[in-house]
Amino acid sequence: MNEPLSFYVHIPYCVKRCGYCDFNTYTPSELREGGDLKSVSNGYIDLLIKEIGMAHAVAQTNSPIPTIFFGGGTPTLMEPTDLGLVLMELSNTYGFANDIEITIEANPDTVTKDKLAKLRDVGMNRISFGMQSAAPNVLKVLDRTHDPENVIKATTWAREVGFDEVSVDLIYGAPTESISDWEATVDAALELPITHISAYALIVESGTKLANQVRRGEVVMPDEDQTADKYLIADSKFNSAGFSWYELSNWAKPGSQAKHNIAYWENANWWGLGPGAHSHIDGVRFWNVKHPSTYAERINNGVAPVQDSETLTLEDKENERIMLEIRLRDGIALTSLTPDQIAKVESYLETGHLDLDFWGVGRMALTQSGRLIADRIVQEIISA
Amino acid sequence: MPAIDLAKAPQPASTNPAQIRNFCIIAHIDHGKSTLADRMLGITEVVEQRNMRAQYLDRMDIERERGITIKSQAVRLPWRSGIDGQEYILNMIDTPGHVDFTYEVSRSLAACEGAILLVDCAQGIEAQTLANLYLAMENNLTIIPVLNKIDLPAAQPDKFAAELAKLIGCEPEDCLRVSGKTGDGVVELLDQICAQIPAPVGDPDAPARALIFDSVYDTYRGVVTYVRVVDGHLSTKDQIQMFSTGVRHEMLEVGVISPEPVVSKGLGVGEVGYVITGVKDVRQSRVGDTITTYHNPAKSALSGYKDPIPMVFSGLFPLDGADYPILREALDKLQLNDAALVYEPETSAALGFGFRCGFLGLLHMEIVRERLEREAGLSLISTAPNVVYRTVADDGKEMTVTNPSEFPDGKIAAVFEPIVRATVLAPSEFIGSIMELCQERRGTLLGMDYLSEDRVEIRYTLPLAEIVFDFFDQLKSRTRGYASLDYEPIGEAEGDLVKVDILLQGEGVDAFSAIVHKDKAYAYGVMMTTKLRELIPRQQFEVPIQAAIGSRIIARESIRAIRKDVLAKCYGGDISRKRKLLEKQKEGKKRMKMVGRVEVPQEAFIAALTTDADATKDKAKK
Repeated sequence: MNEPLSFYVHIPYCVKRCGYCDFNTYTPSELREGGDLKSVSNGYIDLLIKEIGMAHAVAQTNSPIPTIFFGGGTPTLMEPTDLGLVLMELSNTYGFANDIEITIEANPDTVTKDKLAKLRDVGMNRISFGMQSAAPNVLKVLDRTHDPENVIKATTWAREVGFDEVSVDLIYGAPTESISDWEATVDAALELPITHISAYALIVESGTKLANQVRRGEVVMPDEDQTADKYLIADSKFNSAGFSWYELSNWAKPGSQAKHNIAYWENANWWGLGPGAHSHIDGVRFWNVKHPSTYAERINNGVAPVQDSETLTLEDKENERIMLEIRLRDGIALTSLTPDQIAKVESYLETGHLDLDFWGVGRMALTQSGRLIADRIVQEIISA
Repeated sequence: MPAIDLAKAPQPASTNPAQIRNFCIIAHIDHGKSTLADRMLGITEVVEQRNMRAQYLDRMDIERERGITIKSQAVRLPWRSGIDGQEYILNMIDTPGHVDFTYEVSRSLAACEGAILLVDCAQGIEAQTLANLYLAMENNLTIIPVLNKIDLPAAQPDKFAAELAKLIGCEPEDCLRVSGKTGDGVVELLDQICAQIPAPVGDPDAPARALIFDSVYDTYRGVVTYVRVVDGHLSTKDQIQMFSTGVRHEMLEVGVISPEPVVSKGLGVGEVGYVITGVKDVRQSRVGDTITTYHNPAKSALSGYKDPIPMVFSGLFPLDGADYPILREALDKLQLNDAALVYEPETSAALGFGFRCGFLGLLHMEIVRERLEREAGLSLISTAPNVVYRTVADDGKEMTVTNPSEFPDGKIAAVFEPIVRATVLAPSEFIGSIMELCQERRGTLLGMDYLSEDRVEIRYTLPLAEIVFDFFDQLKSRTRGYASLDYEPIGEAEGDLVKVDILLQGEGVDAFSAIVHKDKAYAYGVMMTTKLRELIPRQQFEVPIQAAIGSRIIARESIRAIRKDVLAKCYGGDISRKRKLLEKQKEGKKRMKMVGRVEVPQEAFIAALTTDADATKDKAKK
């Protein structure tokens, strides 16, 4: 294989679970009664290192690693030196590209300047902070307790210790969030020394505390049209501040796009390390067992921790390509679509959802209002 | 033992008419007719104990489940009277109990000399029973009043005996008291049938004349025709002829039902039985027609034959367009057994290919639909039922409209709609609510009588269209279920009627067009546009929904264009899940119907065509 292979490294621990989150993460007490983080995560790094060996046994490539992403969970709960061991193993096994992007997700509450410096020292060169909102009422609904001041400190320190690429994640459309709450959040984010912003409309995932609260009527999800308005507000403010959209929920300063995420959207190969992590290699998707102890058991017994896999059919691949490419600024090449598919969406040019200029140069790309109904347009194309 | 061994009983074709008693049972749904019939089968021993099952005579699942009889049947019961010790042959003719089948009831009655008026003595007489009682009295039948369910704790036999006595002009103590459930009083009832009901009278030497009172399609035998011989004799050697069509048939088999078919040599004067001719379609052997023999035909038919006239029409469409041929086959098959069902292909822009079907009434419609769904495994959408209109254009050209979408658009001089005479029986405390309902529905009060101190009979003329809408559900809900309704067509009247069309993005949706009274057009328009706004999902563009009379818009709503339809997040681990979600939505999209450029989910059609009352019923079923 000559295709480059990216790596996702999952850290499945959090001090506390946020109400909206359905990620595969665990608090120490969920894993072991009375356990603290140190005791439950002890040895986890060794498991990751062993899985790298297993990966290399089945997926070899001549290309060095282009991107690595530490996500979670809360990766910054781990000792930077421990994370450094994972990087060292990856580097020794696969080699690093010269311009490798290594991202770590961070909680603005749990970092110190010293810790950030250490993360930079072990090789991290991009950091993404979970800011979510600047409005206390929204943070409360989301179960996030950080002081908005911490975000300013954390991003500033990150720049000071040498992170050139700093990103924040924002969430809009949460219960109780007003339009002015959101404007204040966007303005606050744009005050920060950052190069990249991800902004997501809140998705109520089934099984979360938030989903139960919504079902019981304890909190009310805002009107979808208001949430659409918030997207437009953010997009125009980001633009004015020099951040351009390159994926429908991501904006960056020139040259600061997240290469790791682009790999996902361009259907590149990547390997996910850790419990519940997904991988994609040459049209096959597979994913690991979810629970950290099952994962540990498999690795320690020298058995692949894969829970299940699916081999994509040609149609699956095509549907995924359309679904992912349409999210990107340049959209989809018209030459890659059938005449029926093109005919199905031509009316979206009239309604202003597809960009006429792009269409003129042979690409189907979304306008601002089109980005908000991307799934519907994909639906039209794949059912043509 | 008063029962007689079948082998020793008087045999068909050689039974003296003086020994024959032909009777039917007039009763409302759930007043216990089937249970009483079961009991009679048991006591006369024509069904052995070990073969007995509940509602023995109801052959279709649907009959047994709904507790109603759709098709009648006749059973021959030998009986030795405890009063005079003589042998008798009792022919019990089962009658359908619903207003939709009044004509069939009248033919069953015409085959009898007497009727048991069976009334649940916890509920009292119901409007339909009363209507059938009047029908029996018009036919000069001897009426034996019987109070059923005397075993119930809530029974009020004295009260209802007084009511029945007043209705038929007898003494309260003349009412027999029975319990079909326990069998109490049933032996006495059988004896009274022998004693009170006159023997049939006919000329055994005259050319044969037999009345068809029922006609049933059997998959193996073809059409089985139930007859009552009035004059002469039918035998297997005969070639028979139908009076209405003049068509000649070979007689393949003659017999009686006791209660399983028993082949006989023939049928004589006054006898009741069946004939099989190899005919494959009940329309060739119609209820009310007269059978005679080809070689010695009678000069005149028995009176009273009528072609069934459909009163209510509705479009039936398969949910899945590919099922259209299955629906056609199922209707063809059903028609073999239902001479009253008419249908012709219909194409709806909104619902695709289907059939416009004519029914005797709402129950008939429900039964047909249920049988199509059950027996052919179909899922159907039916349009709101409508009646038949006669329109006269300015140039005098007349048109019969059975489908609102065919209602002429041009200048109309007059529209005529069918009118019925409706009878409502209810406790007197509901007089106010009933009158209010009838007034709202354009009714004219004809009169009111007290049946007893606290029960009244209220008579109105009403447009049939109002009854077809949701009158019965309203009546039931406004009288806590106590009122009962019967109606009969009495002609037509000119009405101030208009067609209201519903337009989606300027495009008419034929399935939603309705003919309504001018004063109710606005309310209908608002109701439909509001309902559709809630039912149709937001689209790529704004969709105006309008209600219009001709080119005049009377109500308007709009569905705003969709603004947000995207999942914000899509990273590595989300891709599979998201693709599968899109594939699932794709299946849902296939079930959308296109009205112009507007996608309308099938559920929206069904919900929009369902009245609130239907929705409540469906809930109750679940």
